[in-house]
Amino acid sequence: MTVESTSNVNEDEILLEVKNLKKHFPIKGGLMRRVVGEVKAVDGVNFFIKKGETLGLVGESGCGKSTTGRAILRLHEPTDGEIIFHDPKLGKVHIEELNAKDLKRVRPNMQIIFQDPFSSLDPRMTVGRIVAEPLVINNVVKGRALRDRVAELLTVVGLRPEHATRYPHAFSGGQRQRIGIARALALNPELVICDEPVSALDVSVQAQVLNLLEDLQEQFNLTYLFVAHDLSVVEHISDRVAVMYVGYLVEMADTEDLYYNPQHPYTEALLAAIPKPDPRNRHRPVRLPGDVPSPANPPTGCYFHPRCPYAQDVCVTERPPLREVVPNHWSACHFSEELNLKGVPRLNEIPVTTAPSAADANRLQVEGTEPPHSGSSNGEVTVSLQ
Amino acid sequence: MAVQAGSADDTRAVAKKDKQDAGQMSQRQLMFRRFKQSKLAVFGLIVLFLMYLMAAFSSFLAPYDYDAIDSSSSYKAPTKVVWAGGPAVCGEVQTLDEVNLEWKYANDCTKTYPIQFFNRSYPYKLFGLIPTNIHLFGVPQQPADANAVPTEGQARPAKLYLLGGDKEGRDVFSRMLQGSRVSLTVGLVGVIFATVLGSILGTASGYFGGAIDNVMQRVIELIGSIPTIPLWAALAAALPGNISVVRRYFFITLILSLIAWTGLARQVRGKVLSYRTADYTSAARAAGGSHMRVILTHMVPNAMSHIIVVAALAVPATILAETTLSFLGFGMQAPAVSWGTLLQDAQSIAVVTRYPWLLLPGVAVVLALVCYQFLGDGLRDAADPYG
Repeated sequence: MTVESTSNVNEDEILLEVKNLKKHFPIKGGLMRRVVGEVKAVDGVNFFIKKGETLGLVGESGCGKSTTGRAILRLHEPTDGEIIFHDPKLGKVHIEELNAKDLKRVRPNMQIIFQDPFSSLDPRMTVGRIVAEPLVINNVVKGRALRDRVAELLTVVGLRPEHATRYPHAFSGGQRQRIGIARALALNPELVICDEPVSALDVSVQAQVLNLLEDLQEQFNLTYLFVAHDLSVVEHISDRVAVMYVGYLVEMADTEDLYYNPQHPYTEALLAAIPKPDPRNRHRPVRLPGDVPSPANPPTGCYFHPRCPYAQDVCVTERPPLREVVPNHWSACHFSEELNLKGVPRLNEIPVTTAPSAADANRLQVEGTEPPHSGSSNGEVTVSLQ
Repeated sequence: MAVQAGSADDTRAVAKKDKQDAGQMSQRQLMFRRFKQSKLAVFGLIVLFLMYLMAAFSSFLAPYDYDAIDSSSSYKAPTKVVWAGGPAVCGEVQTLDEVNLEWKYANDCTKTYPIQFFNRSYPYKLFGLIPTNIHLFGVPQQPADANAVPTEGQARPAKLYLLGGDKEGRDVFSRMLQGSRVSLTVGLVGVIFATVLGSILGTASGYFGGAIDNVMQRVIELIGSIPTIPLWAALAAALPGNISVVRRYFFITLILSLIAWTGLARQVRGKVLSYRTADYTSAARAAGGSHMRVILTHMVPNAMSHIIVVAALAVPATILAETTLSFLGFGMQAPAVSWGTLLQDAQSIAVVTRYPWLLLPGVAVVLALVCYQFLGDGLRDAADPYG
């Protein structure tokens, strides 16, 4: 199932191409620890990232987002597929085929920022040593120059140079994440994989770190693969968004296009689940029946068919490929063209309700023909405004 | 912090010092700070330090040669120390109990012999290097007729047997000091062997996993399933009987560490398993760091505090193992002395009831073990300075 997903994009603009990437983890059981099955964490992912852009990778917990990010860096050895990185010096390199020596030459150009600001910093090392570690490993600078570079990096991420002598336990979650970012930037990478970099932080700190990432992108011309499950964060930071479901991509498009005009039923359901802090915007989310299938035992055909409200017979037998439905908009659904899916409503589409009409709406709902318990699961509370 | 105590200046000085330290303390410093708070552990550390100091200076502290046989002092009761213008020893009268046919000793405090400090007695080499004959204390030898047969009611030359004498009339106190050299160090040296072996194998097992891990764990289970005392006995019995004391000591420590490393390897493996999946390991790998580098800069330093704690708790077990082995006659052999071989003399009820001081080496074992447990517990608490 190889998909030419980069059909009409200029080759020179592309930094990373991922083709049919697979990562299967063996399930071992029994006395002899034989392989009795496989968790197909990543099962045929195709996407590309253009230079200088941010590709958001979203999906539910356990859908293989992080594994995809780590397989690209060969922190997990990929089971199958191609990872083509356009290295500024070495040109096009197939990451999955590199031997240890060549891999070490490419690695400085691909760095990672981790989700957990606590496990990502070695508690035994000072901040200075943590940030310097990539430089020391690659023997870039030494002695005085190394100390100056560490001080510079700490300043760039909004910390003070004198913090270098401290240990990670003295820092808050947001500051620790800044240290992790400084470490990722130490080698002047082209591509930074952000593995849920803000999901462990509280909202005010999230905003600071996101702004920092955006500033750094501009300053150092970075390319981000931004893995996240928070759709509003992804909408804020991404140029394009890819949606994953049980190990493969179901949709990829420009952020605005994907949010306002989704082409896959799963994306529609995801977008409908975004909580909206707007009391005017009351609507019933599309509730998906059932659970996310186990990646060890996925359903036949389209993995989404047991939960899809639009599923038909062909969905049970045939897995739809990721195809360019409209220009620059890829979707893995048999019926993308036929379905008219609902995205996030544009702000100007939301009718501005005045107070009396809102009261009318409420009265209508109270007096409506709906049976009393049918709609209780969406948690809507009707309050009389008298 | 001691805020109430001291003047305002003191308080400010303390606060300033704390502020300086904030965040710049390494985990080791934090652990030390926590360790100092545990009084029992500090007590254990001090007592152990004194015990090792005594072992190092055993010949200087011992008033008599540990191996000097004196048949006329057989099962001599602990000497009573009195005050006569200074510490002194009473004269002693030996009588023969004709019913049980054994010597009875009575003190005759009409004549006292002063205890002399830094007196000259039998020659020895301090640390095996400096020949000398100065001892911390002792009773000067009285000019006595060496060939005189002890007869009833005879006043005997005074001897300072602080903890009594054994069957051959050797000073139990001097022998315990000499025995502490073997008993206290066999645990340490054995645990050092075991720690090195266990750390390397445990780290390899945990870090690389897979087949290496599988084989290693099965081997550990196999060793763990063999009853320890028969295994030690079999290994000790396999040693040739005529090897020197030093070599026998070396082999005994090896035999003891052969078992001790397994528990340590398991613990280190568990720790390394959790560090291996930590993100800082991935970061080092992503920057191009080799496995060896990751092991040496991340795995080992992180596991070190845990290794130290487990090792500290393994020392008493090894001391006990040596004592058991020697007590059963498989360990150190005469003329070598350890607390276990000393306790061999106390194997029969008849002896123990009549000469209870022969059990005193057991008290020394208990003291050392308890102190090591305190120390280990304190270290364990300190190893997790945030907990």
